[in-house]
Amino acid sequence: MSTPNLKIENLRVSIEDKEIIKGLNLEINGGEIHAIMGPNGTGKSTLSSALMGHPKYEVTEGNVTFDGKDLFEMEVDERAKAGLFLAMQYPSEVSGITNADFLRSAINARREEGQEISLMKFIRELDKKMELLEMDSSFAHRYLNEGFSGGEKKRNEILQLMMIEPKIAILDEIDSGLDIDALKVVAKGVNEMRNPEFGCLIITHYQRLLNYITPDKVHVMMQGRIVKSGGPELAQRLEAEGYDWIKEELGIEDETVGQEA
Amino acid sequence: MSVETSFKYDKDYVSKFSESRQEPQWLLDLRLRALELAQQLPMPKPDKTKIDKWNLTEFNHISSKENGTELPEQVKALIGEDGEAGNLLVIQNGKTLRSSVTDELAAQGVIFTDLVTAAKEHGDLLQKYFMQDGVSVDENRLTAIHAALVNNGAFIHVPKNVEVKAPLQAIYFHDDEQAGLLNHVIVAAEDNSSVTYVENYLSTNNEGDSVSNIVSEVFAGPGAKVVYGAVDNLAKGMTSYIYRRGRAGRDARIEWALGQLNDGNTVSDNTTHLVGDGSFTDTKTVNIGQGDQKQNFVAQIFHHGKSSEGYILTHGVMKDAASSIFNGITKIEHGATKSNGEQTERVLMLSEKARGDANPILLIDEDDVTAGHAASVGRIDPIQLFYLMSRGISKAEAERLIIHGFLGPVVNEMPLESVKKRLVEVIERKVR
Repeated sequence: MSTPNLKIENLRVSIEDKEIIKGLNLEINGGEIHAIMGPNGTGKSTLSSALMGHPKYEVTEGNVTFDGKDLFEMEVDERAKAGLFLAMQYPSEVSGITNADFLRSAINARREEGQEISLMKFIRELDKKMELLEMDSSFAHRYLNEGFSGGEKKRNEILQLMMIEPKIAILDEIDSGLDIDALKVVAKGVNEMRNPEFGCLIITHYQRLLNYITPDKVHVMMQGRIVKSGGPELAQRLEAEGYDWIKEELGIEDETVGQEA
Repeated sequence: MSVETSFKYDKDYVSKFSESRQEPQWLLDLRLRALELAQQLPMPKPDKTKIDKWNLTEFNHISSKENGTELPEQVKALIGEDGEAGNLLVIQNGKTLRSSVTDELAAQGVIFTDLVTAAKEHGDLLQKYFMQDGVSVDENRLTAIHAALVNNGAFIHVPKNVEVKAPLQAIYFHDDEQAGLLNHVIVAAEDNSSVTYVENYLSTNNEGDSVSNIVSEVFAGPGAKVVYGAVDNLAKGMTSYIYRRGRAGRDARIEWALGQLNDGNTVSDNTTHLVGDGSFTDTKTVNIGQGDQKQNFVAQIFHHGKSSEGYILTHGVMKDAASSIFNGITKIEHGATKSNGEQTERVLMLSEKARGDANPILLIDEDDVTAGHAASVGRIDPIQLFYLMSRGISKAEAERLIIHGFLGPVVNEMPLESVKKRLVEVIERKVR
C-alpha cells in the first residue's frame, strides 16, 4: 500500500465572497502528525472545512490532491471513502439514528455489497474502542450526538476516527472544551492510530494537546496563510511567548483574516 | 375503455345494484336519497388545498376484473405467516376474497365480516351505525356519492364486556385501474369491550385515473377501547378522499395509528368526538409526500365530555415537489371542563421545491381546561447532511437516515407491532 499523501498548493477559500484562506501550501504524508496553530480568526477551521467539502465554503483557487487525485473533483462522501476524515469542532446532532447504526452505515459505505462488516465483529471493535476512550456503552445506543456534552461529542468524533480508520485525519479543535482527563483520553485515541499508513493534521490554538500528542511538524497560521513552520519546539515557544514575536518578526499588525489594521 | 361518470349511475342502476346485493329496504332508501344529494351538494372544501381539478367523481363503479381464488402475492406479504388462519378480511377490487374469523371470536359473539354480508345478514345492527352519528350522508357531495355507491368494506361489532385479544386484520387491495374504491369500515365496540383493528390499503395503479372514496366510522361505547391501525399505500394513479371518524363514550378510549402514505393526491381527515366524560383519544400519524403529490391531512379532536383527553402527534416528510397541508385542530367545547388537548405537528422538507404547512389550531370555549400545541416546519439541515457524508455515507443514504430519524420516534410510539413493521417497509421504499 502506498503512503497516504495530501498535498495543498496555493489554496484560496472564500465564505460569502470574503476571502479567508489566501494562498496556503501544505503537504501531509502517512506517518506524519502536523499541527496548525494560530490565534482565533486566522482561517484554521476554514481550511479543515474546505478540505472536507463543507457547503458554505468556496474554493476559488489552488490545487489539492489526495493520493494524487484531485480532491475538489470529489463529493464529500467520495473524499471520505478515499480516506479523508474530519473530526469536527461542532459535530451535528442527528435525532433518531443511533450512534452504532450510524457507525455501521459509515463502515459499510466503504465496503462492497456482500462484504459488510459482521455484526459480531462490529460490536467487538466498538466495545474495544469505547473502552479505550472511556465511553459508557450506553453511548452506542443513544441518538447520534443528541444531548451529548461538548466533551462527549469530541470523544465520539475520536471513536468514529478509530472505527473508520482513515488515511488522513484532520482534527479541528478537538481539544476545545475538554478538561485535562478528557484531553488525555482523546490523545490516547489519536496515539493509538499512529502508524505509517496514517497521517494527521491537528488544528488547535493551545499547545496543551501537543503535550500528549507529539507532532512531527508545527505550522503557524495567520491572515489565511502558513507564516512559519518548525518542529515541536515551535509549539513550546508559542505556549511560552505567545504569537507577538512572530507578528513582529514578519511585520504583521493584525493576525486575523480580513481585519484592517 | 370509456370512463363513466357517477351520474350515469341513476336511480334505476342504484336500485338494481342494491337489489342484487339483497340489501335491506333502509339501505336502498338511504342510497337513493344519497344519489339525489350527490347531484345537489357542493364538493368538500379542505382548508388550504384546492381540489377542484382533482378527479374524485369519475370512476367505474364495479370492477370488471375477476378475482382469482389465490391471494395475490402483495396481499400474502402483508398478511404474514399465520395471518391467513386468523381473523382476516381481504377485499380485492371491491370483491370479497377472504373473510374468516376464528371459532373463539365467533363464540364470543363478535361480528367481523364484509359490508356486503353485513347488509344481508346483520341489517338491523348495521343500520344503527351506518352513516348516522359518524359521517353523515349529507355532509357534501363526496359523502353522498359514497353512500349511494358504497361497494364493500368491513363491519365489526363487539358485544358488551367482550375483549378481543387478537387483532382483526383487513386488506383492501386494488389492481383495477378504472374502478373506484368505495370502501366503508365500521368498528362498533359496545360497553366495556375492547378490539384492535388493522387495515392496509394497497393498490398497483400507478397509471390511470381512479378514485378512492373511503369512510371509516368508529364507535367506542362507555368504557370501551378501540385501537385502529391503518397503513394507506394507494398508488399514484388513485386520487383519494378519506374520512376516519370516531365517537368515544364515557371513559372510552380510541387510539389511532395511521400511516398516511399514499402515492397519489390525497385528502385524509381524521376526526374524533370525545362525547363522554373521561373519554380519551390519541392520534399518531406518519406522512410522506413525493413527486408532485398534493395532500391535505386533518387531525381533529372535539372535546364535548368533561375531563376528556385528546392527543395528536404528526410527523411528515415532503420530498421532491410534493406539498402538504397539516391541519391539527383541537376544539374544546363549552362545558368540557378539566379537559386536556395537546398536539404536535412536525414537517421536514427534503428539497427546495417541497412544501409543508403545519397549522396547529386550538379552539377553546371553556375556561377550566389545559391545552397546548407545538409545530415546526423545516428543511433538511445541509450541515447535518455534510456531517453524515463526511463519514463516507452517500447523500441518498444520509437523507434516508435523516428521514428514518425524523419519523422513527412516531413509528416507535405506534401501539401496534404490525403497523410499525409495515410502516418501516413502506417508508423504506418511499425514501430510497
